[in-house]
Amino acid sequence: MESNIAVTNEKKPTWGGGGVKPFGASYGKMMMWFFIVSDALTFSAFLAAYGLTRFKFINSWPIADEVFTHVPFVHGEFPMIYVAFMTFVLIASSVTMVLAVDAGHQMNKNKVTVYMLLTIIGGIIFVGSQAWEWNTFINGSYGAVKTTDGKILQFTKQSGVDKDGNAIFKQIALADFVVGDRGNARVQHTKGNGLWFEDEGTISQYSIAQIISSYEGNPDIQIRTELIDLDKKQKKILSREKGAEELAKTRLIVEGANLEVNEYGNTIFADFFFFITGFHGFHVFSGIIFNIIVFFNVIVGTYEKRGHYEMVEKVGLYWHFVDLVWVFVFTFFYLV
Amino acid sequence: MAHAQSHTKRIWNVFWILSAITIVEVILGIYKPDVLHLTSFLGTSPLNWLFIILTLAKAYGITWSFMHMEGEKTWFRRAVVWTAVFLIIYLVTLLLIEGDYLYSTLAPLVRW
Repeated sequence: MESNIAVTNEKKPTWGGGGVKPFGASYGKMMMWFFIVSDALTFSAFLAAYGLTRFKFINSWPIADEVFTHVPFVHGEFPMIYVAFMTFVLIASSVTMVLAVDAGHQMNKNKVTVYMLLTIIGGIIFVGSQAWEWNTFINGSYGAVKTTDGKILQFTKQSGVDKDGNAIFKQIALADFVVGDRGNARVQHTKGNGLWFEDEGTISQYSIAQIISSYEGNPDIQIRTELIDLDKKQKKILSREKGAEELAKTRLIVEGANLEVNEYGNTIFADFFFFITGFHGFHVFSGIIFNIIVFFNVIVGTYEKRGHYEMVEKVGLYWHFVDLVWVFVFTFFYLV
Repeated sequence: MAHAQSHTKRIWNVFWILSAITIVEVILGIYKPDVLHLTSFLGTSPLNWLFIILTLAKAYGITWSFMHMEGEKTWFRRAVVWTAVFLIIYLVTLLLIEGDYLYSTLAPLVRW
Protein backbone atom coordinates (compact mmCIF):
# COMPACT_ATOMS: atom_id res chain seq x y z
CA MET A 1 0.00 0.00 0.00
CA GLU A 2 2.68 2.44 0.98
CA SER A 3 4.48 2.03 -2.32
CA ASN A 4 1.46 3.46 -4.11
CA ILE A 5 1.43 6.74 -2.25
CA ALA A 6 3.16 9.40 -4.28
CA VAL A 7 3.15 12.31 -1.82
CA THR A 8 4.57 11.70 1.60
CA ASN A 9 4.51 14.12 4.46
CA GLU A 10 7.90 13.01 5.64
CA LYS A 11 10.98 14.96 4.78
CA LYS A 12 11.67 12.78 1.76
CA PRO A 13 9.08 13.50 -0.92
CA THR A 14 9.01 11.44 -4.08
CA TRP A 15 11.26 13.12 -6.68
CA GLY A 16 13.59 15.80 -5.50
CA GLY A 17 15.19 15.83 -2.09
CA GLY A 18 16.90 12.51 -2.58
CA GLY A 19 13.86 10.31 -1.98
CA VAL A 20 12.35 7.62 -4.11
CA LYS A 21 12.69 7.99 -7.84
CA PRO A 22 10.09 6.06 -9.79
CA PHE A 23 11.87 3.91 -12.42
CA GLY A 24 15.13 5.38 -11.16
CA ALA A 25 14.63 8.38 -13.43
CA SER A 26 14.39 12.00 -12.35
CA TYR A 27 11.11 13.82 -12.81
CA GLY A 28 12.40 16.04 -15.63
CA LYS A 29 13.95 13.22 -17.57
CA MET A 30 10.90 11.00 -17.33
CA MET A 31 8.58 13.77 -18.44
CA MET A 32 10.88 14.55 -21.36
CA TRP A 33 10.59 10.92 -22.39
CA PHE A 34 6.81 10.97 -22.15
CA PHE A 35 6.70 14.20 -24.13
CA ILE A 36 8.86 12.52 -26.77
CA VAL A 37 6.41 9.61 -26.96
CA SER A 38 3.52 11.98 -27.63
CA ASP A 39 5.52 14.00 -30.14
CA ALA A 40 6.61 10.79 -31.86
CA LEU A 41 2.94 9.89 -32.25
CA THR A 42 2.22 13.28 -33.78
CA PHE A 43 4.97 12.84 -36.34
CA SER A 44 3.88 9.27 -37.08
CA ALA A 45 0.38 10.54 -37.70
CA PHE A 46 1.73 12.99 -40.28
CA LEU A 47 3.88 10.38 -41.96
CA ALA A 48 1.07 7.83 -41.89
CA ALA A 49 -1.26 10.39 -43.49
CA TYR A 50 1.44 10.96 -46.11
CA GLY A 51 1.50 7.19 -46.64
CA LEU A 52 -2.27 7.04 -47.00
CA THR A 53 -2.27 9.81 -49.59
CA ARG A 54 0.61 8.28 -51.45
CA PHE A 55 -1.18 4.92 -51.60
CA LYS A 56 -4.29 6.75 -52.76
CA PHE A 57 -2.33 8.24 -55.69
CA ILE A 58 0.11 5.36 -56.04
CA ASN A 59 0.13 5.52 -59.85
CA SER A 60 0.76 9.26 -60.12
CA TRP A 61 2.86 10.27 -57.11
CA PRO A 62 5.91 12.46 -57.88
CA ILE A 63 9.23 10.59 -57.94
CA ALA A 64 11.45 12.20 -55.30
CA ASP A 65 14.57 11.82 -57.45
CA GLU A 66 13.01 14.08 -60.05
CA VAL A 67 11.93 16.67 -57.50
CA PHE A 68 14.85 17.22 -55.16
CA THR A 69 17.82 17.35 -57.48
CA HIS A 70 19.67 20.56 -56.70
CA VAL A 71 22.79 21.34 -54.73
CA PRO A 72 23.72 24.92 -53.77
CA PHE A 73 26.39 26.65 -55.88
CA VAL A 74 26.48 23.79 -58.39
CA HIS A 75 24.58 23.50 -61.64
CA GLY A 76 23.21 20.22 -62.83
CA GLU A 77 21.19 17.44 -61.29
CA PHE A 78 22.40 15.52 -58.28
CA PRO A 79 19.48 13.78 -56.64
CA MET A 80 19.90 12.84 -52.96
CA ILE A 81 23.27 14.49 -52.46
CA TYR A 82 22.17 17.59 -50.60
CA VAL A 83 19.60 15.89 -48.42
CA ALA A 84 22.23 13.27 -47.55
CA PHE A 85 24.47 16.12 -46.45
CA MET A 86 21.66 17.48 -44.26
CA THR A 87 21.15 14.07 -42.67
CA PHE A 88 24.84 13.81 -42.01
CA VAL A 89 24.93 17.26 -40.38
CA LEU A 90 22.10 16.32 -38.06
CA ILE A 91 23.71 13.02 -37.07
CA ALA A 92 27.00 14.83 -36.45
CA SER A 93 25.28 17.39 -34.23
CA SER A 94 23.67 14.51 -32.36
CA VAL A 95 27.12 13.13 -31.70
CA THR A 96 28.45 16.42 -30.34
CA MET A 97 25.36 16.53 -28.13
CA VAL A 98 26.11 13.07 -26.67
CA LEU A 99 29.70 14.13 -26.18
CA ALA A 100 28.44 17.19 -24.26
CA VAL A 101 26.31 14.94 -22.04
CA ASP A 102 29.28 12.63 -21.54
CA ALA A 103 31.53 15.57 -20.60
CA GLY A 104 28.78 16.72 -18.22
CA HIS A 105 28.95 13.43 -16.37
CA GLN A 106 32.61 14.17 -15.73
CA MET A 107 31.82 17.74 -14.65
CA ASN A 108 34.09 19.04 -17.39
CA LYS A 109 32.69 22.52 -17.96
CA ASN A 110 34.99 23.52 -20.81
CA LYS A 111 34.28 20.41 -22.84
CA VAL A 112 30.51 20.77 -22.33
CA THR A 113 30.73 24.38 -23.54
CA VAL A 114 32.61 23.47 -26.71
CA TYR A 115 30.36 20.52 -27.58
CA MET A 116 27.17 22.52 -26.94
CA LEU A 117 28.46 25.23 -29.26
CA LEU A 118 29.22 22.69 -31.99
CA THR A 119 25.72 21.22 -31.59
CA ILE A 120 24.15 24.65 -32.00
CA ILE A 121 26.22 25.33 -35.12
CA GLY A 122 25.15 21.97 -36.60
CA GLY A 123 21.52 22.83 -35.92
CA ILE A 124 21.85 26.20 -37.60
CA ILE A 125 23.46 24.64 -40.69
CA PHE A 126 20.59 22.17 -40.88
CA VAL A 127 17.84 24.79 -40.60
CA GLY A 128 19.65 26.96 -43.15
CA SER A 129 19.81 24.03 -45.56
CA GLN A 130 16.15 23.37 -45.09
CA ALA A 131 15.36 27.01 -45.86
CA TRP A 132 17.38 26.66 -49.05
CA GLU A 133 15.56 23.45 -49.92
CA TRP A 134 12.20 25.18 -49.45
CA ASN A 135 13.29 28.12 -51.55
CA THR A 136 14.38 25.84 -54.40
CA PHE A 137 11.15 23.85 -54.18
CA ILE A 138 8.94 26.98 -54.13
CA ASN A 139 10.72 28.57 -57.07
CA GLY A 140 10.62 25.37 -59.08
CA SER A 141 13.08 24.39 -61.74
CA TYR A 142 11.27 23.57 -64.97
CA GLY A 143 7.73 24.82 -65.09
CA ALA A 144 4.75 22.79 -66.24
CA VAL A 145 1.13 23.28 -67.26
CA LYS A 146 -2.04 22.21 -65.55
CA THR A 147 -5.03 21.00 -67.56
CA THR A 148 -8.72 21.58 -67.00
CA ASP A 149 -8.99 18.11 -65.48
CA GLY A 150 -6.27 18.91 -62.96
CA LYS A 151 -3.36 16.99 -64.48
CA ILE A 152 0.17 18.31 -64.55
CA LEU A 153 1.99 18.05 -67.89
CA GLN A 154 5.75 18.43 -68.04
CA PHE A 155 7.96 18.85 -71.08
CA THR A 156 10.78 16.50 -72.04
CA LYS A 157 13.27 15.97 -74.78
CA GLN A 158 14.98 12.74 -75.78
CA SER A 159 18.50 12.69 -74.41
CA GLY A 160 19.68 9.27 -75.58
CA VAL A 161 18.86 5.60 -75.56
CA ASP A 162 19.35 3.00 -72.84
CA LYS A 163 20.99 -0.39 -73.35
CA ASP A 164 17.71 -1.97 -74.53
CA GLY A 165 17.30 0.67 -77.21
CA ASN A 166 14.46 2.51 -75.44
CA ALA A 167 14.52 6.29 -75.59
CA ILE A 168 15.56 8.16 -72.44
CA PHE A 169 13.78 11.42 -71.89
CA LYS A 170 15.04 14.36 -69.88
CA GLN A 171 12.81 17.08 -68.54
CA ILE A 172 13.34 20.56 -69.97
CA ALA A 173 12.28 23.96 -68.71
CA LEU A 174 9.68 26.19 -70.35
CA ALA A 175 12.48 28.66 -71.08
CA ASP A 176 14.32 25.97 -73.08
CA PHE A 177 11.72 25.61 -75.81
CA VAL A 178 9.11 28.36 -75.65
CA VAL A 179 9.80 30.87 -78.39
CA GLY A 180 8.10 33.87 -79.95
CA ASP A 181 5.85 36.49 -78.50
CA ARG A 182 3.16 35.80 -75.90
CA GLY A 183 0.63 37.08 -78.41
CA ASN A 184 -1.92 38.70 -76.16
CA ALA A 185 0.19 41.62 -74.86
CA ARG A 186 -0.85 40.70 -71.36
CA VAL A 187 1.24 42.36 -68.64
CA GLN A 188 1.43 41.85 -64.92
CA HIS A 189 -1.07 44.03 -63.13
CA THR A 190 0.55 46.20 -60.49
CA LYS A 191 -0.68 49.05 -58.34
CA GLY A 192 1.33 51.40 -60.59
CA ASN A 193 -0.23 50.42 -63.91
CA GLY A 194 -3.78 49.62 -62.81
CA LEU A 195 -6.12 49.84 -59.89
CA TRP A 196 -4.29 50.72 -56.69
CA PHE A 197 -6.67 48.65 -54.58
CA GLU A 198 -6.42 45.48 -56.66
CA ASP A 199 -3.74 42.77 -56.49
CA GLU A 200 -2.91 40.11 -59.01
CA GLY A 201 -0.95 36.93 -58.42
CA THR A 202 2.23 36.60 -60.44
CA ILE A 203 1.48 35.71 -64.05
CA SER A 204 3.86 33.69 -66.18
CA GLN A 205 6.00 35.42 -68.75
CA TYR A 206 4.61 32.94 -71.28
CA SER A 207 1.05 32.62 -72.50
CA ILE A 208 -0.79 29.34 -72.96
CA ALA A 209 -1.13 29.92 -76.71
CA GLN A 210 2.59 30.59 -76.93
CA ILE A 211 3.44 27.30 -75.20
CA ILE A 212 1.09 25.35 -77.45
CA SER A 213 2.49 26.88 -80.63
CA SER A 214 6.08 26.33 -79.46
CA TYR A 215 5.21 22.68 -78.79
CA GLU A 216 3.72 22.31 -82.25
CA GLY A 217 6.70 24.00 -83.86
CA ASN A 218 9.33 21.82 -82.16
CA PRO A 219 9.07 18.08 -82.98
CA ASP A 220 11.67 17.14 -80.32
CA ILE A 221 9.40 18.02 -77.42
CA GLN A 222 7.31 15.31 -75.82
CA ILE A 223 4.92 15.55 -72.89
CA ARG A 224 5.50 13.71 -69.65
CA THR A 225 2.41 12.87 -67.60
CA GLU A 226 2.10 12.23 -63.89
CA LEU A 227 1.13 8.64 -64.58
CA ILE A 228 3.73 6.09 -63.52
CA ASP A 229 4.61 3.07 -65.62
CA LEU A 230 4.60 0.55 -62.77
CA ASP A 231 6.91 -1.87 -64.57
CA LYS A 232 9.68 0.64 -65.12
CA LYS A 233 8.84 2.97 -62.22
CA GLN A 234 9.09 5.94 -64.51
CA LYS A 235 6.62 8.58 -65.59
CA LYS A 236 4.84 7.84 -68.87
CA ILE A 237 5.76 9.93 -71.91
CA LEU A 238 3.02 10.73 -74.40
CA SER A 239 3.34 10.52 -78.16
CA ARG A 240 3.40 13.82 -80.07
CA GLU A 241 -0.27 13.52 -81.14
CA LYS A 242 -1.56 12.44 -77.74
CA GLY A 243 0.53 15.20 -76.16
CA ALA A 244 -1.00 17.87 -78.38
CA GLU A 245 -4.44 16.60 -77.41
CA GLU A 246 -3.69 16.89 -73.70
CA LEU A 247 -1.92 20.20 -74.09
CA ALA A 248 -5.00 21.69 -75.74
CA LYS A 249 -6.75 21.37 -72.38
CA THR A 250 -4.24 23.64 -70.64
CA ARG A 251 -5.77 25.90 -68.04
CA LEU A 252 -2.80 27.22 -66.12
CA ILE A 253 0.96 27.62 -66.36
CA VAL A 254 2.63 26.39 -63.18
CA GLU A 255 6.11 27.51 -62.21
CA GLY A 256 7.25 26.31 -58.80
CA ALA A 257 5.11 24.99 -55.99
CA ASN A 258 2.89 26.33 -53.24
CA LEU A 259 -0.10 25.07 -51.29
CA GLU A 260 -2.41 25.37 -54.30
CA VAL A 261 -0.39 24.28 -57.32
CA ASN A 262 2.73 22.23 -57.76
CA GLU A 263 4.74 21.84 -60.95
CA TYR A 264 6.13 18.49 -59.78
CA GLY A 265 2.74 16.76 -59.72
CA ASN A 266 0.05 16.28 -57.12
CA THR A 267 -0.58 19.46 -55.13
CA ILE A 268 -0.98 17.45 -51.96
CA PHE A 269 2.61 16.26 -52.32
CA ALA A 270 3.72 19.89 -51.91
CA ASP A 271 1.29 20.33 -49.01
CA PHE A 272 2.79 17.37 -47.18
CA PHE A 273 6.29 18.52 -47.97
CA PHE A 274 5.67 21.95 -46.45
CA PHE A 275 3.74 20.54 -43.53
CA ILE A 276 6.05 17.73 -42.46
CA THR A 277 9.44 19.30 -43.14
CA GLY A 278 8.07 22.58 -41.78
CA PHE A 279 6.93 20.98 -38.54
CA HIS A 280 10.25 19.19 -38.24
CA GLY A 281 12.15 22.39 -39.03
CA PHE A 282 10.20 24.15 -36.30
CA HIS A 283 11.31 21.43 -33.87
CA VAL A 284 14.92 21.94 -34.91
CA PHE A 285 14.50 25.67 -34.46
CA SER A 286 13.11 25.31 -30.92
CA GLY A 287 15.85 22.77 -30.20
CA ILE A 288 18.45 25.37 -31.17
CA ILE A 289 16.82 27.91 -28.82
CA PHE A 290 16.85 25.41 -25.91
CA ASN A 291 20.45 24.53 -26.68
CA ILE A 292 21.44 28.21 -26.67
CA ILE A 293 19.77 28.76 -23.29
CA VAL A 294 21.54 25.73 -21.83
CA PHE A 295 24.80 26.80 -23.47
CA PHE A 296 24.74 30.15 -21.62
CA ASN A 297 23.76 28.41 -18.38
CA VAL A 298 26.82 26.20 -18.79
CA ILE A 299 29.03 29.25 -19.35
CA VAL A 300 27.78 31.13 -16.29
CA GLY A 301 28.24 27.97 -14.23
CA THR A 302 24.63 27.25 -13.26
CA TYR A 303 25.10 23.48 -13.54
CA GLU A 304 28.53 23.60 -11.93
CA LYS A 305 26.87 25.12 -8.86
CA ARG A 306 23.96 22.69 -9.03
CA GLY A 307 26.43 19.84 -8.93
CA HIS A 308 25.19 18.02 -12.03
CA TYR A 309 24.61 18.60 -15.74
CA GLU A 310 21.27 16.84 -16.01
CA MET A 311 19.73 19.74 -17.91
CA VAL A 312 22.20 19.09 -20.74
CA GLU A 313 20.97 15.50 -20.76
CA LYS A 314 17.33 16.59 -21.02
CA VAL A 315 17.81 18.98 -23.94
CA GLY A 316 20.02 16.26 -25.39
CA LEU A 317 17.07 13.87 -25.39
CA TYR A 318 14.97 16.41 -27.26
CA TRP A 319 17.77 17.05 -29.74
CA HIS A 320 18.26 13.35 -30.48
CA PHE A 321 14.54 12.99 -30.96
CA VAL A 322 14.64 15.67 -33.66
CA ASP A 323 17.41 13.68 -35.34
CA LEU A 324 15.37 10.49 -34.97
CA VAL A 325 12.38 12.07 -36.70
CA TRP A 326 14.57 13.31 -39.53
CA VAL A 327 15.82 9.77 -40.15
CA PHE A 328 12.22 8.77 -40.88
CA VAL A 329 11.35 11.88 -42.88
CA PHE A 330 14.48 11.29 -44.97
CA THR A 331 13.44 7.72 -45.71
CA PHE A 332 9.79 8.30 -46.49
CA PHE A 333 10.13 11.56 -48.39
CA TYR A 334 13.35 11.04 -50.28
CA LEU A 335 14.17 7.35 -50.50
CA VAL A 336 11.12 5.11 -50.59
CA MET B 1 28.37 10.26 -10.59
CA ALA B 2 30.91 13.05 -10.53
CA HIS B 3 33.56 11.03 -12.29
CA ALA B 4 31.56 8.58 -14.33
CA GLN B 5 33.36 6.59 -16.94
CA SER B 6 33.69 8.25 -20.31
CA HIS B 7 32.00 6.56 -23.26
CA THR B 8 33.57 8.66 -25.98
CA LYS B 9 34.93 5.74 -27.96
CA ARG B 10 31.59 3.97 -28.08
CA ILE B 11 29.82 7.18 -29.11
CA TRP B 12 32.14 7.60 -32.07
CA ASN B 13 31.64 3.96 -33.03
CA VAL B 14 27.88 4.46 -33.15
CA PHE B 15 28.42 7.63 -35.18
CA TRP B 16 30.47 5.76 -37.79
CA ILE B 17 27.88 3.00 -38.00
CA LEU B 18 25.04 5.52 -38.50
CA SER B 19 27.04 7.39 -41.15
CA ALA B 20 27.87 4.16 -42.96
CA ILE B 21 24.18 3.20 -43.03
CA THR B 22 23.29 6.64 -44.42
CA ILE B 23 25.95 6.34 -47.12
CA VAL B 24 24.67 2.90 -48.12
CA GLU B 25 21.12 4.29 -48.32
CA VAL B 26 22.21 7.21 -50.47
CA ILE B 27 24.22 5.00 -52.86
CA LEU B 28 21.27 2.63 -53.24
CA GLY B 29 18.96 5.64 -53.66
CA ILE B 30 21.08 7.07 -56.46
CA TYR B 31 21.79 3.88 -58.42
CA LYS B 32 18.57 1.99 -57.68
CA PRO B 33 19.72 -1.41 -58.97
CA ASP B 34 16.97 -2.89 -61.18
CA VAL B 35 17.06 -6.24 -59.36
CA LEU B 36 16.02 -4.53 -56.15
CA HIS B 37 14.03 -1.65 -57.55
CA LEU B 38 11.83 -3.19 -60.23
CA THR B 39 10.98 -6.44 -58.49
CA SER B 40 8.32 -6.86 -55.86
CA PHE B 41 8.43 -8.46 -52.45
CA LEU B 42 5.58 -8.41 -49.91
CA GLY B 43 3.77 -5.56 -51.58
CA THR B 44 6.65 -3.26 -52.38
CA SER B 45 10.13 -3.43 -53.89
CA PRO B 46 12.96 -5.12 -51.96
CA LEU B 47 14.77 -1.77 -52.18
CA ASN B 48 12.04 -0.09 -50.15
CA TRP B 49 12.19 -2.87 -47.56
CA LEU B 50 15.93 -2.40 -47.37
CA PHE B 51 15.47 1.34 -46.79
CA ILE B 52 12.92 0.70 -44.05
CA ILE B 53 15.10 -1.87 -42.30
CA LEU B 54 18.16 0.40 -42.45
CA THR B 55 16.07 3.27 -41.09
CA LEU B 56 14.89 1.16 -38.17
CA ALA B 57 18.51 0.17 -37.52
CA LYS B 58 19.45 3.85 -37.39
CA ALA B 59 16.51 4.63 -35.11
CA TYR B 60 17.65 1.84 -32.79
CA GLY B 61 21.19 3.23 -32.71
CA ILE B 62 20.00 6.73 -31.89
CA THR B 63 17.53 5.67 -29.21
CA TRP B 64 19.61 3.02 -27.50
CA SER B 65 22.99 4.69 -27.58
CA PHE B 66 22.56 8.45 -28.03
CA MET B 67 19.40 8.77 -25.95
CA HIS B 68 20.89 6.25 -23.55
CA MET B 69 17.79 4.08 -23.47
CA GLU B 70 19.94 1.02 -22.77
CA GLY B 71 20.80 2.49 -19.37
CA GLU B 72 17.22 3.07 -18.23
CA LYS B 73 15.25 0.66 -16.02
CA THR B 74 13.66 -2.15 -18.00
CA TRP B 75 10.05 -1.21 -17.41
CA PHE B 76 10.64 2.48 -18.01
CA ARG B 77 12.17 1.55 -21.36
CA ARG B 78 9.19 -0.64 -22.16
CA ALA B 79 6.68 2.02 -21.08
CA VAL B 80 8.18 4.32 -23.70
CA VAL B 81 9.16 1.97 -26.52
CA TRP B 82 6.33 -0.55 -26.45
CA THR B 83 3.66 2.15 -26.24
CA ALA B 84 5.06 4.12 -29.14
CA VAL B 85 5.85 1.12 -31.33
CA PHE B 86 2.45 -0.50 -30.79
CA LEU B 87 0.46 2.67 -31.53
CA ILE B 88 2.57 3.54 -34.57
CA ILE B 89 2.26 0.07 -36.12
CA TYR B 90 -1.47 0.14 -35.47
CA LEU B 91 -1.97 3.57 -37.04
CA VAL B 92 0.27 2.96 -40.03
CA THR B 93 -1.36 -0.39 -40.81
CA LEU B 94 -4.88 1.04 -40.75
CA LEU B 95 -4.04 4.13 -42.78
CA LEU B 96 -2.10 2.25 -45.46
CA ILE B 97 -4.93 -0.26 -45.90
CA GLU B 98 -7.32 2.66 -46.19
CA GLY B 99 -5.07 4.39 -48.73
CA ASP B 100 -4.94 1.24 -50.84
CA TYR B 101 -8.72 1.02 -50.72
CA LEU B 102 -9.06 4.64 -51.80
CA TYR B 103 -6.78 3.95 -54.75
CA SER B 104 -8.77 0.95 -55.91
CA THR B 105 -12.01 2.91 -55.64
CA LEU B 106 -10.70 6.10 -57.14
CA ALA B 107 -8.29 4.95 -59.86
CA PRO B 108 -10.98 3.83 -62.34
CA LEU B 109 -12.43 7.34 -62.22
CA VAL B 110 -9.20 9.03 -63.27
CA ARG B 111 -8.71 8.77 -67.02
CA TRP B 112 -5.19 9.35 -68.29
